[in-house]
Amino acid sequence: MTTETSAPATSDTDTPDAAPATPAAAAPATPGDSTAPATPGDSNAPGEDTAAAPATPGDSNAPGDSNHGPSTGISNTKLAMWLFLGSECLLFGGLISTYLLYKTRRGPDNLAIPTDVFDIPFTSISSFVLLMSSLTMVLALAAITRGDNHGARVWLLATSMLGGVFIGGQVYEFTSFLREGVGFTNNPASSAFYALTGFHGVHVSLGIVMLMSLFVASWQGKLRQEHSETVEVVGLYWHFVDVVWIFIFTVIYLVPA
Amino acid sequence: MTITEPTTEGTKTEGPLELESGREALAERPLGVLTRPQGGRGWRDWLSTVDHKKIGIMYGVSAMVFFVVGGIEALLIRLQLAVPNGGVLSADVYNQVFTMHGVTMVFLFIMPLAAAFANYLIPLQIGARDVAFPRLNALSYWIWLSGAIFLNSSWIVGGGGADCGWFCYSPNSGVTFSPSHGVDFYAIGLLIAGIASLVSAINLIVTCLNMRAPGMDLFRMPVMTWMLLITQFLLLFALPVITVALFLLMFDRLFDASFFNPDMGADPLLWQHLFWIFGHPEVYIIILPAFGVVSEVIPTFSRKPIFGYTFMVFSGIAIGFMGWGVWAHHMFVSGIGPISVAAFSLSTMFIAVPTGVKVLNWLATMWGGQIRFTTAMLFAVGTVAMFTIGGLSGVTHALAPADTQQTDTYYIVAHFHYVIFGGGVLGLMGGLYYWWPKIFGYMLNERRGKVNFWLMLIGFNLTFGPMHILGLQGMSRRIDTYSSGFGFEFWNMVATIGSFIIAVSVLVLFHNIWKSKREAADLPPPGPDPWDARSLEWMIPSPVPEHNFDEVPTVDGLDEWWHRKYSFDDNGKVVQIATAEEAAQDGSAKGVHLPAPSFWPLVLAVGLPLIGYGLIFNLWLCVPGGLLVGMGIFAWALEPVDDPDATHDHHHDDDDDDHDDDGPDDAELATAAAAPGDSNAPGDQQGGE
Repeated sequence: MTTETSAPATSDTDTPDAAPATPAAAAPATPGDSTAPATPGDSNAPGEDTAAAPATPGDSNAPGDSNHGPSTGISNTKLAMWLFLGSECLLFGGLISTYLLYKTRRGPDNLAIPTDVFDIPFTSISSFVLLMSSLTMVLALAAITRGDNHGARVWLLATSMLGGVFIGGQVYEFTSFLREGVGFTNNPASSAFYALTGFHGVHVSLGIVMLMSLFVASWQGKLRQEHSETVEVVGLYWHFVDVVWIFIFTVIYLVPA
Repeated sequence: MTITEPTTEGTKTEGPLELESGREALAERPLGVLTRPQGGRGWRDWLSTVDHKKIGIMYGVSAMVFFVVGGIEALLIRLQLAVPNGGVLSADVYNQVFTMHGVTMVFLFIMPLAAAFANYLIPLQIGARDVAFPRLNALSYWIWLSGAIFLNSSWIVGGGGADCGWFCYSPNSGVTFSPSHGVDFYAIGLLIAGIASLVSAINLIVTCLNMRAPGMDLFRMPVMTWMLLITQFLLLFALPVITVALFLLMFDRLFDASFFNPDMGADPLLWQHLFWIFGHPEVYIIILPAFGVVSEVIPTFSRKPIFGYTFMVFSGIAIGFMGWGVWAHHMFVSGIGPISVAAFSLSTMFIAVPTGVKVLNWLATMWGGQIRFTTAMLFAVGTVAMFTIGGLSGVTHALAPADTQQTDTYYIVAHFHYVIFGGGVLGLMGGLYYWWPKIFGYMLNERRGKVNFWLMLIGFNLTFGPMHILGLQGMSRRIDTYSSGFGFEFWNMVATIGSFIIAVSVLVLFHNIWKSKREAADLPPPGPDPWDARSLEWMIPSPVPEHNFDEVPTVDGLDEWWHRKYSFDDNGKVVQIATAEEAAQDGSAKGVHLPAPSFWPLVLAVGLPLIGYGLIFNLWLCVPGGLLVGMGIFAWALEPVDDPDATHDHHHDDDDDDHDDDGPDDAELATAAAAPGDSNAPGDQQGGE
């Protein structure tokens, strides 16, 4: 970002925006600010700014110009997200294994387990809703990539609302399970069920927080075409959460005991 | 890189040079709570720094503090066991002490000491100015420290330390058998420390992959950097598994879940599998950084390039992969079945092969070299020898029938101390002596260093050597005392004497640090390259200037720095073409813009232990903790990465003068606000975990 090429693009616009944002800091502006400028450049935090032109290592996002870019050609941020998602695979792997081990264990008191009471059609519908949110996520990225800020906002909002519907469905499911006598402490099967789906729900919720931050940023005009990589990185996370749900749904609801 | 006249320094405090009006407000008070740290001197600088070198030093200092804590716990154990029917500790306290000794040494000493080297050296060895995400780096340190303090606070507020052994098998870890809060602190403390390691792993991997200097191909990276990179990958994939295990344990203990309670029909083996899927890679997480140190020290002091560089790297990668396939050798007696036992037995024997490759390559590196036995070299050679002993006793565990005899005896204790202390600790001690002048700008005294080495080596062997015999005689580990008449008395006394010799050697180290610092005033400075070394960190002044490299070097091959000093004549003889002083950078570059310090990583890190206390004592405490974390994240996001006021004088190199005036500011802003966004991504979810 230190280079001439990128400077003019961002500078004029950024300066007015960012300066006023700060005083308002404590206010709602915050979430937006945080993610908004999180553009391609963000990752490079350390490197780019070093004014030493010739070989700033950090200058990741500017592959073409005089500074050499990230050695891999993938920006720091995106690479970090991929690594994080790799790590997450093992987190869910551990939880899914735990569920598979325990899914029929009713404990000494022979209490109900989730598979006694679950409602496959209901959860199938909420799963469909979640999967559709991946489509809207892609549309949001496509919109911002071609500079359609309004479209990006629409699709970001749609994505987070679909995610919200899924979370609502999960809350409904949990409460109805509780009413039907499947509590977290019943037996290993129910503990494992709530831990697995609960962790996934927390992930979806955090994804919604990120999407809404992007939405607010876009609303304030701070999320523009040149920041599309931020949307892409959040999208990576969102798609991951969806893909994990495919596994979880299959393991819990489709594979017969 | 020509430097224009170095006149005005400290412009940062003198007003907004080229900044438009209104801009400082941005930098000054991001949330109106804490003034933007200006990176001055004193304690505020250390609290807010994002400089990978300072963070590395803080990791190192904290690790040494916990080394002393864990060492005191070790001495208590040895005092208790010195004579039969020892009465120093009660059985209950003994359980807590050996548990906390293990946890402290593994998670709060060796891992952070390795992290200290990783933080300090990776950017220098690959020719970078900092890590990929400097503020995340500070966050890693502060979170780790808050987790470490949280874990140890259980001595005071938790009714004692954890008492279930460092691997905390269920059902011993359940409320029934461990009713104090010690295990809760264990679970949550390690979760917090795990977040730190995960963030750090992501950060350092991105740094290694993306921030390399021009020409620094992956296979031109020093072996040290390679080993640290592999370590970070192991952390990246091992930590989520222990995270799951610790969460389930916490749910069991605090929210009455039934994951590990056999009374509820749960399977205690689940914990063992989850723990060791993490725990065995953890062994390599501990040892690979030491292998890296040895691979730097031995070539330097043998005056030869490392023998079989590619083999060294690939054997490290092989260890990294195979380390995932051997975990059940910790569980041979748990009834996992003959096929599993046979498979894990074989894989365990196989993993000795890449390790053997390394040992042979180190020996071949020394072969025919002009060896200088400096303290660092002694430690490195000691590491190779001691680790080989530990590795050989490890192969005996690979034989399941033998392991059945050895499990839970002192033979195991002897084995893992030979690899972890004899390998890991001796190696990292060598690293301290080797890189000390680079980090602090003065040499540690060699004579005292050698006293330190020999005392440590002798004390180590006296302590842990006899444990092989004790174990084979049948003394089981974790018993708080033993009766006379089993033949355990003599070797236990020897081990206790040995442990105090180790303690003396550590005191010698501290004395050496203190005394050498005082003597350094009368000695010539070490210069950039006191050891005639080979890798890039030696081409910049000691101590390293804040901006690392005046000009990022272009790398033409392995051992780049060596080849800048030496060449070959027509007969193939090595000839010096430049002295270190001539070839080195002088550190005088001005106007190198660095990421600005920030308080928010610290604020965020303080919130996590509050959440931990809340989970244990009163859920309401989670509210301020959560608010602090949330505030930290949002304020972090608001705060530009770069303070436009900081360290920004006008002595740029000629070649970037053109965009000097408008470039930095805009760029800063863009990058600034940017980093928070992405950085949250990882940070966020960890908060959630």
